[in-house]
Parts: sequence; structure tokens; C-alpha cells
Amino acid sequence: MRNFFEKLEKLDRRVIFIFVAIALILPLFFPLNIKFSVTPPVKSFYDTIESLPPGSKVLLSADYDPGSMPELWPMHLAALRQMCKRNIKIISTQLWATGSPLAERAFNLVAVGEYHKQYGIDFVNLGFKEGREVVMVSMGNSIPQTFPADYHGNKTEDLPIMKGVKNFSDLAMIVNISGGLPGTKEWVLQVVSRYHIKLVSGCTAVAAPEFYPYLQSGQLVGLLGGMKGAAEYEQMVGVTGLGKRGMDSQSVAHLVIFFFIIIGNIAYFSMKLMKKEK
Amino acid sequence: MPSSELIGTWVAAGLTLFCFSFLYKDNPFYKFAEHLYVGISAGYWVSMEYHNVFRPNLWDPLMRLDLNILFSFPRAGFAFMWQSLILIIPFAFGILFFTRFTKNFAWLSRWSMALIIGIFAGIAIIGYSTGDLILQIRANLLPLWTGNWLSSLNNILLTIGVLTSLIYFFFSKEHKGALGAGAKVGIWFLMISFGASFGYTVMSRMSLLIGRIYFIFGEWLGLIK
Repeated sequence: MRNFFEKLEKLDRRVIFIFVAIALILPLFFPLNIKFSVTPPVKSFYDTIESLPPGSKVLLSADYDPGSMPELWPMHLAALRQMCKRNIKIISTQLWATGSPLAERAFNLVAVGEYHKQYGIDFVNLGFKEGREVVMVSMGNSIPQTFPADYHGNKTEDLPIMKGVKNFSDLAMIVNISGGLPGTKEWVLQVVSRYHIKLVSGCTAVAAPEFYPYLQSGQLVGLLGGMKGAAEYEQMVGVTGLGKRGMDSQSVAHLVIFFFIIIGNIAYFSMKLMKKEK
Repeated sequence: MPSSELIGTWVAAGLTLFCFSFLYKDNPFYKFAEHLYVGISAGYWVSMEYHNVFRPNLWDPLMRLDLNILFSFPRAGFAFMWQSLILIIPFAFGILFFTRFTKNFAWLSRWSMALIIGIFAGIAIIGYSTGDLILQIRANLLPLWTGNWLSSLNNILLTIGVLTSLIYFFFSKEHKGALGAGAKVGIWFLMISFGASFGYTVMSRMSLLIGRIYFIFGEWLGLIK
């Protein structure tokens, strides 16, 4: 027994990597279709968008980069699908430079490819603007002045979708897909508390615990945390994307990690006990 | 798939495998991918800042300024002054950043830095005080009995958690007696919150790995439908 625990303590970390890799890969080939329930923050995210009347104008701020795509891309696409289905007009901005091509790709895939929406009428990509919180505050004064031209160089004020849109008071709500800073926290602190506009957020799992207090205080109306949040949201919207597909792998990998934590602790405490007895 | 996209997929797949090779041990392929990533990121940012910030916000408007008005200054009045100063002052502050490359004038760059820090600090203070401090305190002032056992228990736990965590960070008095007991309970609440954060972090990292694996077996090799 002692030998076994000693070997376990000196276990090469690469062995654990292999186990985790197998746990992640196999469910992608052989889906387990593990059922999961929709949590209240996700339901609230969905319901808030669903409650908007058709034709409402929503700001979709895609503040992330390709590094966070596995978690945020599925929710970005699902949010676009829900809004397009409800004929909601989407104004997209990005506070991350690398978010612009992603927003453009998402629009082409969903708004144009699946719902045949028209650029400038049903949706617009205003692109990236440097300045973080300063941009948010500036948008509170004037969105067309903050973004004088869209991602393609068109004059913002000339676009039909921007008619009657001056600042946040002309928007129904904000949907923020957040990969870090600037992101949801800044939208809450700089915009929600000042302009009292509804905000829902889809964020990485790392950031989610930080945002739960905002959910409890009502500063955030809905929250999608990481791939699990994306999977639940996809279930509500009625699509199957990487969120739902990835959750099987996620669950099995968690079990493997759980197993190794328990085994590691047993080995550690047993060795400690054996040394004491000696 | 268009050929440009095909090449992009192959390059991305190759670089992903280079990065994964680090899991075995450090090697030149990983180093190559790492350096390439840093270089491309830096280049992309410089290009984005130039095209999205420097040119549209400063350079192009500066080039459009009608300098002839300068000679009819009294007539053109303050409008021109305002138009030009709002561009020239930030331009000057921007130039001051480059004094960091000289020993004698490096101190001038602090002016630009001070301006940026001042603006962001001013905005952040307003945001944190109204959005974080006041609203979060208000959100924590909850009734301990709501008429429903579960929500009452939730409110009681939240209140105890907030108070004991605050006690833990109260260092003006030694943590002994009631204060010490409160601090110990506070540690438990903090540990539980760290545990939740760690759990979420594991989920996040796993998601990134799933994304890459899905890319390799799905988009690149086409084995996952």
C-alpha cells in the first residue's frame, strides 16, 4: 500500500493530462446527452430579450477575443438567433479591437445567413472604439458622435437603424458578451448605475462569480456564466451549438479531476499518517 | 471551403498542436508558436490603433483643418481656435510620451500619463461609488425574515457572510474573543467563495481545451459531425 501511495505522490503530471484529454475527447465522438436544468439567471437572460416588442433597438456589445470563443461564441450566436427571431434591431459595438471581426462573422452567419436581415436596417456593426470606460460615458451623451462611422466606413447618422438613436435612453436594453476588461463590470458601473438601462451579460466562467452580486442587486438582469450558461441558453433558444455539445466533455472531465483530487488527498494524508506511525 | 480559409485552418491546427506540445515538455515548436502569437498580437494592435484611433480621431481631422482661417483670426473667431486646440493639445500630449526615449526630457511623459490616469481615475471613482459601493450596500440590507423559510435562510446566510468577512479584514484590533470567532467564520465564507471561483476557473479552462479539441477533430479533420 505504501508503495502505491508513494508512486501516486510522484505520478507524472502527463499521465493526468492523458486522462483529462481522453475524458474530453470521447464524449465529443460519443455524446452522452447529459440532461441539465436551466438556472434562473439564464432564464432571466432569455426572458428579458423575449419580453421586448418586435422592432426594439438593442445594443449588443461584443467585448471579447478569439481566446474566449469556446465559451462566448455559442452565446453570441444564440443571442443573435433569439433577437433575429423576435425581429429586434441590433446595434453592435466592441470595446475590444479583436471583437470586431467576430461580431462581423456572427452577423454574417446568423443575421444574414439564417434570417436574411438587412445591414443598416435590421442590424449594424459600429465597430471598435478605443477608450474603455470613456467610450461608455461618451455613448451616454451621443452614440453617433462616439461612433461617427460604422465598421464599413458608412456614416452612422445616415443608417436607417440609427434614426432616432441618440443615446442609451433610445435603446431597450444592452446585451454584453464579455471576455474580461473592459466588459460587464464596466457596463454595470458606468452605464447601468448612471443611465438605468437593463443589462444582461454573457461572460467567461472565470468572471461569473464576480458578477453574481450584481445579479442579486438587480444591476444585472440576466447572466450566462461560461460554457454551462451557453449550453442552458442554447437549450432555451432551441439550438445545438458548441455550448451543448461541450457540456458532456465538461462533465466527464470534471469527474476525472474530482477523482484525482480525492485520490491525491487520500495519498497525501495516508503518507502523513504512515510517517507519524513510523 | 475557400482555399484561403483552408490554409488558415491548417495553419491554426498546426499552431494548436505546437502549443499542445508544451504539455509534454518545452520545445522549439512551442517557442515558435509563442513568439509568433506575441508578434502578431503586437502588430495587430499597432495597426488597429493606427487605423481606428490615430487616423480618424487625430490625423485626418488635423489634415482637414483650413489653415487659411488662421490669417483671418479675428473674423473666424474662437470656432477655429476650439477646433484646432481640441486636436493640437492631445497631439502634443501624445508626442510627450516619446520623450521617454530621452534621458533629459523623460520627465515630460509624466504629464501625459497624469492626464490619462486623472481621466480614468475620475470616471472610475464615480462608477465604483455609485455602482459598487452604494448599490451593493443597499442590496445587502435585507430583511432577515421574509415570510418564506428558504429566502429568509438565504438572507440570514448572506448577512452573516458579509459581516464576518468584513470582521476578518478589520485589523485595528487583535482577532481574539468574539472578534476572533467572527473572523474565523469569515474565513470559511471566504474559502467557500474562493472554492466557487476555482471551480468556475477549472470550467473555463476546460472550455478552452474543448474549443481547441473540437476545432482539431471537427473543423480540421472533419471527424466530428
